[in-house]
Amino acid sequence: MSSGDVWIVGTAMTRFGRFADKDLLDLAAEAALAALRDADMNITAIGALALGNVYEANSHNGQRLQKQIGQTGIPVYNVVNACATGATAVRVAMLSIAGGETDTALAVGVEKMGKMGLLGSAAKKRDAKKEFTPSGRYGSVLKTEGVLGTSLMPGVFAQAGTEYALKHGVTMTQFARVAQKNHAHSVLNPLAQYRKEFTLREILEAEVIAYPNTLPMCCPTGDGAAAVVLVSDAKLKTLDPDVRKRAVKISASVLTSDPWSESGQALPDVNTLTRQAADAAYEQAGIGPDDLDLVELHDCFATAELIHYDNLRLCEPGGAGDFIDSGAPWREGKIPVNVSGGLLSKGHPIGATGIANLYEVATHLRGEAGDRQIEGARVGLTHVIGLASACAVHILEARPGVA
Amino acid sequence: MAQRIPVVDYLVLDPPHLEANECRTCRALFFDRRNACAKCGGTEFGRRALANEGEVRAFTVVHRAAPSIPAPFTSVVVDLHGGGVVKANLLDVTDPEQIVPRLPVYLDTFVAGVDDNGVEAVGFGYRVRKDMA
Repeated sequence: MSSGDVWIVGTAMTRFGRFADKDLLDLAAEAALAALRDADMNITAIGALALGNVYEANSHNGQRLQKQIGQTGIPVYNVVNACATGATAVRVAMLSIAGGETDTALAVGVEKMGKMGLLGSAAKKRDAKKEFTPSGRYGSVLKTEGVLGTSLMPGVFAQAGTEYALKHGVTMTQFARVAQKNHAHSVLNPLAQYRKEFTLREILEAEVIAYPNTLPMCCPTGDGAAAVVLVSDAKLKTLDPDVRKRAVKISASVLTSDPWSESGQALPDVNTLTRQAADAAYEQAGIGPDDLDLVELHDCFATAELIHYDNLRLCEPGGAGDFIDSGAPWREGKIPVNVSGGLLSKGHPIGATGIANLYEVATHLRGEAGDRQIEGARVGLTHVIGLASACAVHILEARPGVA
Repeated sequence: MAQRIPVVDYLVLDPPHLEANECRTCRALFFDRRNACAKCGGTEFGRRALANEGEVRAFTVVHRAAPSIPAPFTSVVVDLHGGGVVKANLLDVTDPEQIVPRLPVYLDTFVAGVDDNGVEAVGFGYRVRKDMA
């Protein structure tokens, strides 16, 4: 009888960066075809496709990808779910398998952001007479960004960080150490957008974007894609031994949205839904944070990574500052976090991110991560969160009995 | 005196204070127009005046903003006494060292813009309570 487990048998990602000569489909096809090759499969083996993309989501990119790599008539799901888009596409592919629609599914995440900023542009020159008229759900008469605080990403995640800092005494230097670590880790990752190490001083003295985050403490925008091929337990048993021995088990897959909290409408609460996802994932996998050999978490800003140490139960409650000081999340530490370089340095093409972190963890569990390999890694956790909000946590395990 | 209008409808100008939509069932507070309560699903709401004083829960000092927005400015999330959490600017403070845990603040208003008819849009922000800081 089948266990109901779902396995990753193929995975790949493009390098992250800015690729003016490649369009969205080039990137998606590159990752999808590489994942299929990794699984020793052809597109005709795939029974369902989930494609995650944010900024071109109204273009039905799953079907557009099929027109480049194989139109086989299978169900296609186009998925968008903020920064959890890629991870949500993986869950859709899993649910397709769990629902008995297919035993083999492909999930692809892709984004092409180029050098788009996150701050918006200057006000357009106006021709019409300016008359204040209340509009929208708050009856606003003018744009409130900068008038009633900030709602842009750098400010939101800075405030999420200082909320924790004011409660638990975290310092700017401790936040900066997160960025120091992730930039140092990225030097070993050939697929990272940036591979430059920074000293703590350079990070602290860099341009402040939104205090406490300086420029190297903010992730870049960029282009990239990642893909996974998933199979059911029953299907796995039919595959070639060389494919089976590299299979990685998805021991937990959890998606949450943010429950109501009083402060949530003033400052998005990125903590509660992450805690709920992590706790459910640990229970589903039957493991605890101490069992993890590596973690890829959503460090869109250095402040975000630090508070997620606590949300994912990697440190003592309130102890995230001490955790980074102790060296625990460095690649030589107790629980290596973001050995890929994380979003801060590997990059964050939004739709790809939630699959790229599965690629990273799976590659370590297979013992194939080259210079950045965490030796003997058997269990890893991935986490993404996007404002809206959506949070996905996956726990992956190496196949038992495979060294 | 120029005609004045609040920048958002949850700011009441005379005298200056914030008003929220309060769920009649669970008393959850909302600043926006509601279809139903996000906490309990209730559909009946009343208006509730909120306190002008509170404590800073979170903050950031924005240095890089969109070109039309003067920077640096400090954004704060404030826990209002008696209920309600709101985001606004902390007025006349851009040094993060001045912001300590539970910093006490009070509401103040300012002119945020003037339209072509001379109507002033009045915004609100918070000031540090020097007597308690």
